[in-house]
Amino acid sequence: MKIRLFDICHGRSGDKGDTANVGLIARKKEYYPVIAKYVTAERVKRHFEGIALGKVERFELANLWALNFLLHNALGGGGTKSLKNDAQGKTLAAALLKMEIEVDEKIQY
Amino acid sequence: MLAWGYSSSSEKLKNFIRIASGQGFWGDLLRAPLDQVTKGPVDYMMMDYLAEVTMSIMQKQKRKDPKLGYAKDLVELMGEILPICVNKNIKVITNGGGVNPVACSEAIVATARKLGIKKLKVGVVLGDDILGRIDELGIDLRNMETGESMNSIRSRLQSANVYFGAWPIVEALKQGAQIVITGRTTDTGLTLAPMIYEFDWKKDDWDKLAAGTVAGHILECGGQASGGNFSADWRSVPDLARIGFPIAEAYPNAEIVITKHENTGGLVTLQSVKEQLLYEIGDPTQYITPDCVADFTTIQLDEVGKDRVKLSGVRGKQATDFYKVSMSYLDGYTAFGTLTYSWPDALDKARKADEILRTRVNDLGLKFDEIRTEYLGYNSSHGGIADIAKEVNEVVLRVGVRGKDRESVERFGKELAPLILTGPPSVTGFAGGRPKPSEVISYWPALIPKSAMKPGTLIVEA
Repeated sequence: MKIRLFDICHGRSGDKGDTANVGLIARKKEYYPVIAKYVTAERVKRHFEGIALGKVERFELANLWALNFLLHNALGGGGTKSLKNDAQGKTLAAALLKMEIEVDEKIQY
Repeated sequence: MLAWGYSSSSEKLKNFIRIASGQGFWGDLLRAPLDQVTKGPVDYMMMDYLAEVTMSIMQKQKRKDPKLGYAKDLVELMGEILPICVNKNIKVITNGGGVNPVACSEAIVATARKLGIKKLKVGVVLGDDILGRIDELGIDLRNMETGESMNSIRSRLQSANVYFGAWPIVEALKQGAQIVITGRTTDTGLTLAPMIYEFDWKKDDWDKLAAGTVAGHILECGGQASGGNFSADWRSVPDLARIGFPIAEAYPNAEIVITKHENTGGLVTLQSVKEQLLYEIGDPTQYITPDCVADFTTIQLDEVGKDRVKLSGVRGKQATDFYKVSMSYLDGYTAFGTLTYSWPDALDKARKADEILRTRVNDLGLKFDEIRTEYLGYNSSHGGIADIAKEVNEVVLRVGVRGKDRESVERFGKELAPLILTGPPSVTGFAGGRPKPSEVISYWPALIPKSAMKPGTLIVEA
């Protein structure tokens, strides 16, 4: 089935220089293995094509049912250098929640 | 849950302490600190004022007036809360001293005198500002991300501050300070310090130090842990207008309950705490501070009551041998202009205006390192991820330029307004006047051996 991350996750994003961090948190414990399986660094890099210009790193926090992504070279230089309206990547968590994934598992909302 | 109140003997270790978050950044909700010290019991209040760019702004203010260079509204705020803090014996710890913590503490002492408060001890943490000593130190503070030598930015350096941790604050508390003013101390150190001081934690109690650091990370952004910027379900947050900032109720065994005052807005839930834990972190197993290296993958969270989330099980590792240095340097100029285009064909008109603008600045031979166009209300936040509307009623054209040549950036600002009478129709929203160039302050992170630095403390008394 096809699911949108927004329906099973919440999140928050912020900046460190020109790198954005995007935290993705499963709304229920049983959703965590699903995002851990399907929301890979490669998948996220593809999703943020044209935004995350550098590499994408992924870290797991199973204890918080969460994944942390680092999107390198994603903020137009970062800080006061950036010409982006969202120079601190505050809306990028929402952008990740728009992602749709095709899963084999049956998800109960 | 322990009842409120503990032994009156100051010699005895307390059963628990309550540390309130008062400000999450310079410019935060001004009412929050007053609420924190009046709406329920607290022992400490921490206030975080400093971001990476803040130090350079403060250095600029200090260059104009050697008595400035700190968060001025902190002094006004202290005037408001000092009588309450003295009366209730609440200690206040803040890094609002910026690049001039001594002048800041003197201003607070003067305020205390005006209020008739006597014998107030204000502790000051010194030694983080190394801008004036950078040559004398004789260390090339290479960019820790690129490895580049400091020489390339030496002449444009605006600020250089070492991130100290909790221990200098602990020293000030031991000397009897009720108010502690620091310069570039880590946000997390402001919360960790009172736990170390009250519970007599040791320098190698890595797990406990890590737990206090995690609590500090939760508190350092104020309302962002208690219902502000809450993506899980923002509609469900009660009374955001009167949001209560978070409070850490810390126990000697390093169990910590995140809560907030009753009868305030907002919420403290697993989800609100998790969102803040995920904010601005890198590798979660290596959350590096001067005090320890905390492992965020060991944090256990439990909801233990309404607006009460318990934090336990946190593991920490030995601190590194280095302090992080936050440096900033001048890196050119930017200017931004916006114009609003309405139906019909709002987006097409905005695009045409952008094309005309670019042709004109090109004809003028203006030099920029970057020129960027965004369409607010259309896709500026999410680019290609955005759902594209068939027809938007209006769109804001936002053009930004950046360059080394100040005159080019200034001239760009004069090319915006003419578009109103010499560009596409149904345009408005040019009330702010010509865009002015502003300085780009770039950030240069480095490491310095701890052995090269000596944090100092000073007590100023009213």
